[in-house]
Amino acid sequence: MTFLKIEGLEKNFQIVHLGQTIHAVQQLNFSMNQGEFIGITGKSGSGKSTILKSIYRTYLPEAGRIYFDSEKYGWIDLQKASEREIIYLRKYEIGYVSQFLNVMPRTTARELVEQSVLETGRSLLEAQKEAEEVLSHFELDRKLWDTYPNTFSGGEKLRLNIAIAAVKKPRLLLLDEPTASLDQQSKQKVKEVIQKLKESGTTLLGVFHDIEFMDELCDHIFEMSQQSFKRAGAAL
Amino acid sequence: MRDEPILQVQRLEKVFGRSCSHCQHQDTRQLEKNFCPYCGTVYACRNISFELFPGEILGIVGESGSGKSTLMQCLYFDETATGGEMFINHEDFKEKNIFALSNQQKRYVRNHILGMVYQNPAKGLKMNFSSIGNIAEKLIAAGNRHVGEMERVGTELLDKVHLPLFRMKEEPKRFSGGMQQRVQIAKALSNYPPILFLDEVTTGLDLSVQASVLDLIKTIQREMGISMIVVSHDLAVIRMLADRTMVMLNGEVIEKGLTDQILEDPQDAYTQQLVYSLL
Repeated sequence: MTFLKIEGLEKNFQIVHLGQTIHAVQQLNFSMNQGEFIGITGKSGSGKSTILKSIYRTYLPEAGRIYFDSEKYGWIDLQKASEREIIYLRKYEIGYVSQFLNVMPRTTARELVEQSVLETGRSLLEAQKEAEEVLSHFELDRKLWDTYPNTFSGGEKLRLNIAIAAVKKPRLLLLDEPTASLDQQSKQKVKEVIQKLKESGTTLLGVFHDIEFMDELCDHIFEMSQQSFKRAGAAL
Repeated sequence: MRDEPILQVQRLEKVFGRSCSHCQHQDTRQLEKNFCPYCGTVYACRNISFELFPGEILGIVGESGSGKSTLMQCLYFDETATGGEMFINHEDFKEKNIFALSNQQKRYVRNHILGMVYQNPAKGLKMNFSSIGNIAEKLIAAGNRHVGEMERVGTELLDKVHLPLFRMKEEPKRFSGGMQQRVQIAKALSNYPPILFLDEVTTGLDLSVQASVLDLIKTIQREMGISMIVVSHDLAVIRMLADRTMVMLNGEVIEKGLTDQILEDPQDAYTQQLVYSLL
């Protein structure tokens, strides 16, 4: 069952004061099924993250269509959807995890995850229960739960980041180089976390540098080259 | 998520001055920034339209003099809008242009539906009244007469904004800037307005106090479901709070969109410069 379908996606960045255009993605076509884990790889600056950010609508694509099979709206073109529709989808259906943790200052890890649940309109009691579940599920050390994340290590921040997104149970989760800048041990933990997400049925689309990592986890791998996919093939 | 806006503003205009033959007509006027070089008339807000939805925080960014505060003052009737229309989704005022209401009706809207928190606490508070008295003042304006009830609401709100309750009978002039701001927020919330305007509320506060005010605003949104317009020149504040953002320059809205899109993929030359200036 097709779940996400991209047709002829193009994204350029106009740097107005320099009069320059940066071509990031050209004529990209791609589709994925529900429950799949697709990995995107490619050189730095080849436009990998641009695809994810165009799906999440952080970037406004110039041309093309991004069809998403939404529970609420049915098939919806994310590029044309209203801001209100995007805000709804971000809250309930599409999650985004980057390697950076950007959260309210002076809020504990536990509170951050709870707030993520509260945003979807569930009760405080449910939020507290689910926060505990997801924090232990993603193996964040219990000692850290009631501390502020700006003192966390890279790997801890990342697992918290994934927990904040995963606790909403999104149908599609976009992973933007979550393992960049992590050591082997932290990477291994993140890998287990992603494995767990996949087993729970979440559809995942991720950008990674680490081929070995992708080979082990992904159903398919696409390689970006010259602003589009060079080849598409099943993982080894 | 209901998708009917709670507040709708269409083609709002605010002009300071008499205007002259050079600037009378919108299509032919040539302004220098936001004023007419011939007669000095200032076009502080020009053709501003937007919608605010239930429970959302709308951010407004822009440099000093871009018309952000004037816009807020027009919405709260501190200034009279020169033109345009405002609609509020409230049973008493369905499809009525709020700007065209009588002063008495505007006072009702202001006392029952709207709340305002100014950058300068001296504008929103009576500095020589006690803190709880300040809240009572707003409650009386909204029609409350029961002293016990007013005291209960006041205490509850001051506690909510983390003001030590043993100081609630003190005048705000004796408080620190952050405490004054929190009393002002408590006062603005006291009539449980469905719409709250926040004008540069964290400007001039130190980082730690700023964090507590931001957290308070988020909590209010989450727990009370209040819709807010947050004006700030601080992009970091807007990023933390707002779902959607408008960028103003020289009295006009030059760009609007999802906050992360405005910050990461700005389309307008000015917004790009603004984002490049981010530390």
